Amino acid sequence: MKYLKFIILFIFCFFSFFANAENSNNELLNKISKNIRCLICQGQSVYDSQSDFAISMKLVIKKKLEEGSTESQIYEYLKNQYGEWITYDPEFNKNTFFLWLFPIFIFVVGVWLIIRKIKFYKL
Amino acid sequence: MKKKTLLIIITIFVLFCFVVLLKGLSNSNTYVPNTKIGKQLLSFKAKKLLNNEEVISDELFFENKIYLLNLWASWCVPCRTEHHILMQLSSNPFVRIIGLNYKDDLTNAKKFINQMGNPYSEILIDNDGTISIELGAYGIPETFIIDKNKIILKKFVGPINDQSLKEIESLLK
Repeated sequence: MKYLKFIILFIFCFFSFFANAENSNNELLNKISKNIRCLICQGQSVYDSQSDFAISMKLVIKKKLEEGSTESQIYEYLKNQYGEWITYDPEFNKNTFFLWLFPIFIFVVGVWLIIRKIKFYKL
Repeated sequence: MKKKTLLIIITIFVLFCFVVLLKGLSNSNTYVPNTKIGKQLLSFKAKKLLNNEEVISDELFFENKIYLLNLWASWCVPCRTEHHILMQLSSNPFVRIIGLNYKDDLTNAKKFINQMGNPYSEILIDNDGTISIELGAYGIPETFIIDKNKIILKKFVGPINDQSLKEIESLLK
């Protein structure tokens, strides 16, 4: 009886471990496919799209995850295949520096203007 | 004086935005990834359409020729329009055409070849489209021009036409 309990517990742990691994892989698959642009759809991610391209792309991502690739390795792989545009998260480089720095510039100017106004009214 | 400076700054800013947006209008809104040009073609395993034999892609690129890797399917209408050009190219002794059949019904694919002619020296199958994704393709028809070292020289997205044929012929010289 004691052994039977142990065996049942072992089987339960074994299956729950794999179910958990499967779930986490699926979550990661969904997360990655939400960050990957469907190149043949207008404004849709691979996650949202049901096009042939998106379905195949999800299969490739799933295969890579099963092979043990990390999230960043998959992004790098896809960028290497399709260019940086494939991801929704552009890197900081000579083409995108304006995109990244301009909001910061606007924020700094805004803060400076607010401080100036406050000082002006205090005086 | 201060108001004048502010007006100049705002005008310059508006003009700058206008020029950036105007320049953006002239860009094509169709994205064509060109990152694969000059890179080596990925090695992949696939089954042959005609005898179901598994083959490693590296075994196909060995002769001192220009290779065309053409992605096609029987359900793809533009593939039909480019087929006569592929037939024309297949008679060139310096060119070998390898077909990659994309997400197709194999019976229909064989029918297509029987009806339209077979320009391919080998036809491989990509059942689930994953090989095409790994090659960096995103639709069909798509044609990669590859040298014997498996370096991608050029990529045609969409059906090849007379202009593409001239470009391929210029690569042969």
